[in-house]
Amino acid sequence: MSVVDVVGKQAKNVPLVEVRNLKQYFTVKSGLFKTQYLKAVDDVSFEIEKGETLGLVGESGCGKTTVGRSLLHLYEPTSGEVLFNGELVTKKNLPQMRRNMQMVFQDPYSSLDPRMTVEDIIGEPLDVHGLYSSKGERREKILQLMEYVGLNAEHARRYAHEFSGGQRQRIGIARALAVNPKFIVCDEPVSALDVSIQAQVVNMFEDLQEKLGVAYLFIAHDLLVVHHISKRIAVMYLGKIVEIADSDEINEHPLHPYTQSLISAVPIPDPDITRNRHRIVLEGDVPSPLNMPQGCPFRTRCRYACDKCAQSMPPLTERAPGHKVACHVM
Amino acid sequence: MSEEKKKFDNVQVGNMPSKVPFSAQIDLSKFNASMFEKASDEEKRQQDVMSESTTFFKDGMRKLFKNPLAVGSIIVIGLVLLVIIFAPMIVPYSYEEILSVNGVRDKGAKNLAPFTYSKLEQQYVDAGGYRFPHIFGTDEQCRDYFIRVVYGTRVSLLVGFFASIIVLIIGMIYGSVSGYMGGRVDLIMMRIVDVIYSLPDMLIVILLSVVLQTVMKFKSGSFLSSLGTNMISLFIVFGLLYWVGMARLIRGQILSIKENEYILASKSIGTPTRMIIKKHIIPNCLSVIIISTALQIPSAIFTESYLSFVGLGVQAPMPSLGSLANSARGGLQSYPYKLLFPALMICLIVLSLNLLGDGLRDAFDPKLRK
Repeated sequence: MSVVDVVGKQAKNVPLVEVRNLKQYFTVKSGLFKTQYLKAVDDVSFEIEKGETLGLVGESGCGKTTVGRSLLHLYEPTSGEVLFNGELVTKKNLPQMRRNMQMVFQDPYSSLDPRMTVEDIIGEPLDVHGLYSSKGERREKILQLMEYVGLNAEHARRYAHEFSGGQRQRIGIARALAVNPKFIVCDEPVSALDVSIQAQVVNMFEDLQEKLGVAYLFIAHDLLVVHHISKRIAVMYLGKIVEIADSDEINEHPLHPYTQSLISAVPIPDPDITRNRHRIVLEGDVPSPLNMPQGCPFRTRCRYACDKCAQSMPPLTERAPGHKVACHVM
Repeated sequence: MSEEKKKFDNVQVGNMPSKVPFSAQIDLSKFNASMFEKASDEEKRQQDVMSESTTFFKDGMRKLFKNPLAVGSIIVIGLVLLVIIFAPMIVPYSYEEILSVNGVRDKGAKNLAPFTYSKLEQQYVDAGGYRFPHIFGTDEQCRDYFIRVVYGTRVSLLVGFFASIIVLIIGMIYGSVSGYMGGRVDLIMMRIVDVIYSLPDMLIVILLSVVLQTVMKFKSGSFLSSLGTNMISLFIVFGLLYWVGMARLIRGQILSIKENEYILASKSIGTPTRMIIKKHIIPNCLSVIIISTALQIPSAIFTESYLSFVGLGVQAPMPSLGSLANSARGGLQSYPYKLLFPALMICLIVLSLNLLGDGLRDAFDPKLRK
């Protein structure tokens, strides 16, 4: 009993998922012998509480997807730790960890095996983890999962190509939910869908969170969607988290110049406001992640860049409660 | 959202909003509730758009049967199979039996033309006895030629079939492991394939059959001994050398399939590698496997025929199409039909299997989809 209590107490204090100094470098061969490192994710740390949603935004190629994938050890991280419920995720306990942490993929067209029926796609995690004792129980569970995500029972015997994009994404979500995970990485789950379907799917994510208490790492590049669903938002630029705060806080008081320009670019459906507000347009292109600028990676496009920015990467420091920014100037 | 829903719930047929001028909406004020009728379950079911669920395989088969060349070759192969299965049950001669009439050896039954009898047989038939016709005539050792061609076809098809199965199994396992692991493992495994590719296969068949003749002694009368060491060495060589082509093909397929997100999804679920290969990767390159196996069979038959022709084939008296063609070479000018029958058989089998393989490729290639 006492052991259970200790574990229970521990679980209350520690965050559900904790990422510490996660680094993911890919080797790129350039020339015959020269190998370079592509720092897709460079020293990223964050925490996600139970039942919470952390939004992760940033432009294309900034490493959002890589964070999600190395968090789940789909790529072997170069260095850094991932803790689930205070327990370090290692190669050894990975099979059990897979039951706690799942993923919903970006492309609903390539993430479902074209040769499998919906029943088998959703049933695969059940098969792998042996989560049923009889054929009838398996079918029952699958039908329940399909009901969760709003699919009809008659769809079970069909193949993935017979569904629309939104329905396919629902199948993918049902597959992720099959093992009853506590945490789901949603890797741009709505960016391949059209806007009306996006709203449906985002609302479904929220409903499922209410019903099942799962936590999300919600990766997207649409700030509006992320703001709608997330409690907190982290902003990434070139493999680093530059700002992390509550979603309302980041919306109203963005501190990092990159976040400011992102927020100013969000379309507002009101012509009066849009006419009068000032849009911060970034100059220049994103530097190649293969040769990143010294110091702060954003300094090449930053209006406020100074000498200090070129010398050292600013650390992520807390400016207000729960509001961390990595910038020398702001 | 919920407010809107309430709005619709309150709407009754009677108090519908009146029609806006020029709108295409049906004016519901003309109707009242009694004019509507609840849809029956069957009518509701008709509203469900249920297209017939077709699988990739079914779709491919449907297209295959639309291809006249493929259908023709399926018919030819079917006929050949029927003949080689049932002919030995009907024809009263065996492939090694020297013809005799009433227990007396029929010395005149040498090199008979198709559908003719020897003098002794003619006498027997005239006396009212029944003698099964020699459909393809007889050979120079007074054996019925038709049954020998039938047995030769049996041997050739068996060799082709089993050789391709050996090639398929080894090539599939090797190729899928190499393709799936990728990186350094793939590099080493593919260099091994390159080395094997460079070995001269015919030379190894010859060497092996010589070695096996001294090493292996089979009980006489068993199937293996009647097939002979040459055939066994042929199988071994197929197992050792011929799988490399298949392995390369499958590796290439797998390299492209494993980049799909559903493989990553399967990994994130925690599916073991073995299961990922078995449940996702192999089924997705199945069409390529079927096609190349169909094309492998004629190539194996051809190799067997060629080896038998140069005298490295099955052990006499077991015939194969190649050895029949070889022995027909001697009397080519007097009895050209003896070369014609086995050669025709080889052509028919190889041609129809090749056409079938082509048809399969066209039917299952998604890029050729109309």
